[in-house]
Amino acid sequence: MLTSAPPAPNLHISSGNAMGASATASLKLFPFSPPQRWVVAAVAMSAVMSIPVVVVLASVFVSSGDVWQHLYETVLADYVVNSLLLMLGVGSLALPLGVIPAWLVTMYRFPFSRQLEWALLLPLAIPAYIIAYTYTGMLDVAGPVQSWLREAFAWQYGDYWFPEIRSLPGAILMLSLVLYPYVYLLARAAFIEQSACAVEVARTLGAGPGRAFFKVVLPLARPAIFAGLSLVLMEALADYGVVQYFGVTTFTTGIFKTWFGLGSSIAAAQLSALLMCFVLFLILLENRSRRQARYHHTSTRYGRLEPKRLHNWHKLSALVICVLPVLFGFILPAGQLLTWAMQTYQDSIDAGFLILTGRSIGLAFITAILAVALALVVGYAKRLQPGLTTSSANRLLSMGYAVPGTVIAIGVLLPFTWLDRHIDRWLGVFFGIESGLLLSGTVTILVFAYLARFLAISVNAVDAGLMKIKPSMDEAGRSAGISGLRLLRQVHAPILRGSLLTAMLLVFVDVLKELPATLVLRPFNFNTLAIRTYELANEERLADAAFPALAIVLVGILPVIILSHSISQSCPGNVKQT
Amino acid sequence: MSNKLEVKSLTVAYADKTIIDDVSFGLDKGLIGCLLGPSGCGKTTLLRTIAGFEQPAGGEIRISNTCFSSARTLIPVEQRNVGMVFQDFALFPHLTARDNIAFGLHKSAEPARRARIDEVIQLLEVRDFQDRYPHQLSGGQQQRVAIARAIAPRPEILLLDEPFSNMDIELREQIAREIRKILKQDNMTTVLVTHNQLEAFAMADEIGVIQNGKLLQWDNAFDLYHRPACAYVANFIGEGVFLTGTVLSELAVETELGVITGAREHGFAPNDQVLVLIRPDDIIHDDNSSLTATVLDKAFRGAEFLYTLALPSGARVLSLAPSHHDHAMKEAIGIRLEIDHLVAFE
Repeated sequence: MLTSAPPAPNLHISSGNAMGASATASLKLFPFSPPQRWVVAAVAMSAVMSIPVVVVLASVFVSSGDVWQHLYETVLADYVVNSLLLMLGVGSLALPLGVIPAWLVTMYRFPFSRQLEWALLLPLAIPAYIIAYTYTGMLDVAGPVQSWLREAFAWQYGDYWFPEIRSLPGAILMLSLVLYPYVYLLARAAFIEQSACAVEVARTLGAGPGRAFFKVVLPLARPAIFAGLSLVLMEALADYGVVQYFGVTTFTTGIFKTWFGLGSSIAAAQLSALLMCFVLFLILLENRSRRQARYHHTSTRYGRLEPKRLHNWHKLSALVICVLPVLFGFILPAGQLLTWAMQTYQDSIDAGFLILTGRSIGLAFITAILAVALALVVGYAKRLQPGLTTSSANRLLSMGYAVPGTVIAIGVLLPFTWLDRHIDRWLGVFFGIESGLLLSGTVTILVFAYLARFLAISVNAVDAGLMKIKPSMDEAGRSAGISGLRLLRQVHAPILRGSLLTAMLLVFVDVLKELPATLVLRPFNFNTLAIRTYELANEERLADAAFPALAIVLVGILPVIILSHSISQSCPGNVKQT
Repeated sequence: MSNKLEVKSLTVAYADKTIIDDVSFGLDKGLIGCLLGPSGCGKTTLLRTIAGFEQPAGGEIRISNTCFSSARTLIPVEQRNVGMVFQDFALFPHLTARDNIAFGLHKSAEPARRARIDEVIQLLEVRDFQDRYPHQLSGGQQQRVAIARAIAPRPEILLLDEPFSNMDIELREQIAREIRKILKQDNMTTVLVTHNQLEAFAMADEIGVIQNGKLLQWDNAFDLYHRPACAYVANFIGEGVFLTGTVLSELAVETELGVITGAREHGFAPNDQVLVLIRPDDIIHDDNSSLTATVLDKAFRGAEFLYTLALPSGARVLSLAPSHHDHAMKEAIGIRLEIDHLVAFE
């Protein structure tokens, strides 16, 4: 039921003289009208970015011999069931963990509610594999929790039952604790940006806070919450670090095993093609729910929602509900990491460590900026020329996030090495130069892989942000003689700033944490903080892994704080009406 | 104390700034009151205070003889049963027109609920688009749904915030009259906020003119126009100019145009210098009159011309003349004074 008509063709009628010099010049220079140029750029970009996925999907048509048969008979059912259970578990845990605190801190005032507003984002700074390493260390037989239990009750090892953290439920808990901020972040932004009018009108119709929340606020925030949830689920599906460490056999560990263990990159690619069917389902579900109604703000006036002060046991329960995710998702693991790091820091800090840190940050920053710039192109193309072409380009890019890092790595590595071989030969023939591994041996391949994977984050965020801008604003800008890039800069950018910052920081943090693709694609002798942590943890040197892990967490915190600040500021039109 | 709505010495302040300053008025059941004033005068704040969104610093608001708001009491918005139509209608974008209307009826039992929805849908003629979403509706349709939604729970009072500002200008008065008819049919006590006097005239039984948070006058449209309580109201309502004059007696003032007499005492002493309000309809164009004035400007209004005329002293007056009296600029035309209401200010 998409009734939106495409915007009127951009007629080049310049103000004043009918045949403006600039108008004719731009017609001659480019064969496409300005909106079409966006579309061409978007299509080209999504084509390039989908190379890894295409390579992987194309593998379905190549025979992998009897490997697939072997997988089917032995472990495939485990992969499917475990992945589904993981998704179901993480989804149903991360949803309330994100939405409820988001609502409480936006609508109510209680002790520390202002601090909790940003503190609830802190787990975003801890990569899932790091929290998994940390909890393993804490809950181990030799860890502080069990030691204390034995001491307190005079038990011996084996006298008592203790839940095994290295299990599927453990993995669900770990992933939910660090992924819920995606839901929280987008839900809170939606709650803040919601027109106060909608809540006020619900109140004049006799709706108390509860009814207003479930009947008005939540449905209006649904696109944002679904966007957050789909990010969480895709991330859970793509997780490699936690399930690998916990020994849970899911698709990602299966792909790794098939590729490196059974030596069949084709079967590994085929497994991931199957995995992507799951993801496609998620994306379709999200898009369908969004299409039900157009969630433009119907109101042009914004009043800030005045948070209500809570009293007595209400304020205590609100405090407890909001503190729990922070406590288990950040304070406890970070505290443990800090304790370990204090013990080992003298051995950890050296020149190599500083280089490691610099590289990690540089890579993340470059990728984040590129990701937002490219997302703007795609988002804009979809907006200016809504239709099958642009929405397909958009959807194609959103797929990258769902593809596990390992698979992206395969999909990038194969074409890049092929390209390197040809460049090397070509340069050799014509110039007598040996270029060697020009692309695949350098960070270029890493940045490309990161983009292919994380562009989805920025595309989703920019897309959601663009939905806030009514089509009439474009028309108002165009009628004022502003179009194309200037419209983007002068009208959209100020409105979008919050969304763009969100996009950039999400990508930054994610690149910093990324493990499997970096593991496969990094240039020889090129180490990052994530790789170092992984290596040490897998050598069961958890205490030694604490220092680089803590560094990742610390770098992650800073953007989280800026992020929280910017979204609380970017509430449209903080005007009090008289 | 039979008023449905009673606003007594109401004062509203943000921080140290007084937005509403000692405002009092009352409204009987079934009447439509209007708060009229320029933007920023505090009329929307007054409306929001009646709705319960703002708490007064002093005074009180009584509805059906119960105190709803004062410096100490504030019955929550959701418990007031006060319907409100917002300036931009604020329809819930995720609900159909019908579901929007049903929103406030969640406490009614099913048959009654259904019956009321159908009744309101009938009243506002929403039937044809009741299953559409707000973004599929025109501005006028959205407004009907917004009003239907607000009156569905049978509120004690209906509040309308600039209800016609999103409408076509040509349609505004017509729609205002239609809405008035509907509200009268439902015997709805209504308070409306607008900056447009034509809307106020078309819709309201009683009008309050507000300036800088003060209620200057609360009256019906006729009296606001012909018996303004102060110069500001005289200026704000309708067109007109002030001519200087000298008081002869309580009922007569001498001006350049002759002696003007009225039926009501103006309260000035003889020989006081006063300003007398002259409306365009007080100056009749008469070719036989010995009194003449020069045409400075004229505006064609279809049935009539609005002439701006210069008197011999240089003072200016406005005059409405049938449009077949088409005079050239700078032409001297005969005029005659025909004034029913003597309005004089210091």
